Amino acid sequence: MTPTIEVRNLSKAYTIGHDIVSYRALRDELSTVLKHPVRSLRGRMRETEQLWALRDLSFDVQEGDVLGVIGRNGSGKSTLLKILSRIVAPTEGSAVLRGKVASLLEVGTGFHAELTGRENVYLNGALLGLSRRQIDARFDEIVAFSEVERFMDTAVKFYSSGMYVRLAFAVAAHLNPDVLIVDEVLAVGDAAFQRKSLAKMSAVATEGRTVLFVSHNPDSVLALCKRGIHLSGGRLICEGSAFEALESYREELDKFEEATVKRPDGAAPGAVITQVRVQNESGSAPRLFQANEQIVFEFDAQVEREYLDRSLVAGFGIDTEAGMRVFTAVSTWAGAEISTADGRVTVRCDVPSPRLVSGRYFVSASLSTADEMLDHARAAITFEIAPSGLLLDPPRDSSHGPIDLDFRFEQVIAPDRQEVGGQVR
Amino acid sequence: MEIVIKPGRRRSDLREIWANRELFYFLAWRDFKVRYKQTLIGAAWAIFQPLLLMVVFTLFFNKVAGISSPSGHYPIFAYTGLLFWNFFGGAMQAASNSLVGNQAVVTKVYFPRLIAPLSATLVTVVDFLCASSVYVALMVYYRVIPGMLGVLLVVPMLLITWLAGAGLGTWLAALNVKYRDVRQILPFFIQALMFVTPVIYALAFVPDRFREFVYLNPMAGVITAMRAELIHQGSVAWSGVAISAAISVLLFAFGVLYFERAEAGIADII
Repeated sequence: MTPTIEVRNLSKAYTIGHDIVSYRALRDELSTVLKHPVRSLRGRMRETEQLWALRDLSFDVQEGDVLGVIGRNGSGKSTLLKILSRIVAPTEGSAVLRGKVASLLEVGTGFHAELTGRENVYLNGALLGLSRRQIDARFDEIVAFSEVERFMDTAVKFYSSGMYVRLAFAVAAHLNPDVLIVDEVLAVGDAAFQRKSLAKMSAVATEGRTVLFVSHNPDSVLALCKRGIHLSGGRLICEGSAFEALESYREELDKFEEATVKRPDGAAPGAVITQVRVQNESGSAPRLFQANEQIVFEFDAQVEREYLDRSLVAGFGIDTEAGMRVFTAVSTWAGAEISTADGRVTVRCDVPSPRLVSGRYFVSASLSTADEMLDHARAAITFEIAPSGLLLDPPRDSSHGPIDLDFRFEQVIAPDRQEVGGQVR
Repeated sequence: MEIVIKPGRRRSDLREIWANRELFYFLAWRDFKVRYKQTLIGAAWAIFQPLLLMVVFTLFFNKVAGISSPSGHYPIFAYTGLLFWNFFGGAMQAASNSLVGNQAVVTKVYFPRLIAPLSATLVTVVDFLCASSVYVALMVYYRVIPGMLGVLLVVPMLLITWLAGAGLGTWLAALNVKYRDVRQILPFFIQALMFVTPVIYALAFVPDRFREFVYLNPMAGVITAMRAELIHQGSVAWSGVAISAAISVLLFAFGVLYFERAEAGIADII
């Protein structure tokens, strides 16, 4: 069977250095010529460097497959998407797409604040490749899906951001192409609309369309995709089932944990945090923690001579996968004194009962003096809290907030109703 | 349908552009809708602008500086020039800003890029039609009966103007992506170019030794021909108009070819 998407040795290089600026003023060009007359006459400046955003990528997507593309930021996901959407051209290699393609890199492309909802539906639809007749035919469906019927003749600048994305997603959801290329457009609107969007997406996926879905979110990849590829550093690391690709992605994140912390040169003037660890009570380092199981954070640091014997402040921070800070612990808050005579420091922070719901979390560590940051290792390591509430109804996960507080529920019966017999109607 | 994605230059595919013809309309329609939002008199600006310019030019160049038309009334003489010049300058300017102005769209969705500058010029056509109503009113007021040949020539002359304006604008659109200086300098450039074009003065005003070069400027041919045939002011050398037409076609071809060469890299640097 001929694959619907055929990617062969696809590579994309960006030239960084002199051309990294997104646009150049004539003045820059002139001053370059004046400063380096000989070199610029010879052609391009030599100080440029090629950065391969995508390197030698080959894979096939068969008709009806829903392929999840996963990878960390900078892994080449977006570049792949832009090439397959024909927004940018590849540097090497080729790709063939068979069928009518729609690509959604964002919702609401071309939406204009001054135009009404109705006008924007037509404009956006046309940009996404629909003809006017096709939009006419789907218009009522789009409006119904968006839930903003009453405001179709209002300029979208008066819309709330929720209304805006609902309308935008509604157009996108009614494209009906053979091949759909999507970039995390699911993450729009409130929770109820997100569920509706996800349901619409999986409906699209089960209708036999070919979908290429790019996401950071392992849950939505698992929910939507049968197959997956994992990209890292612009290269294909794993191609297989969605689960295999996710496993490979997790492995990469884990490797990232074990590796010593790396930062750009010159980022740490006073100290270097060399390793960050997450352990349980017994000192072993599991990937997965039980809900409310004790967690021990540690880091090792090497402190420069000028900071020896001075009092230091250590900190740990926990962020959700979405980047939201959940918790910060600072050594001085706990009254701990930290200093070093030989330059080596190991700091340990004990959290006996972390009230976190299931999900993945990132740990940052920092070391400073009272008034100077010595080093800050951002998102240096991750850990995961095992699901415990998935069988509840509704299932409890990180979408309901990251903190697991104690709570009780009871029905409050108003005194006047009690007289009627204590029944609530 | 099969889409092949490869490195390097993309050739403009006329069939593809035709398949996206509605996008021409939608983009132009958006530009037009948005332009006069939150204005009091709305699209009437398209009529007022050339009208006011004609009044100012009549006052300063005709009354104060003493530039006169070869025969007949100066206001309608100047307006003939302004009408076509504004179409030319407007098309060039609209096209040159089309990619940068649509940056958010260009980096997020694919469409044949040539549609952007070409559809931007459509709004200028609407401006031209609005401004023409004033022209007709002036003819009635000054009791000028347009010549038959002149009426027949309006569409070909418009085409020459469009080819030149859209061609230059398309070239500048691609250039503007790389050098934003284009947007800064273009209004001055258009203004300066207007003074070397017989817009507010007659071709006869140009010294003899420059006369044969004047027609290299496509707008000189268009405006002079329209004045001679439509409102019977001055005369026109048809060989010169042919040169103007040929230059227009060359400008358009150059603009499109340059744009094509730059097209693949547009989203990378915009």
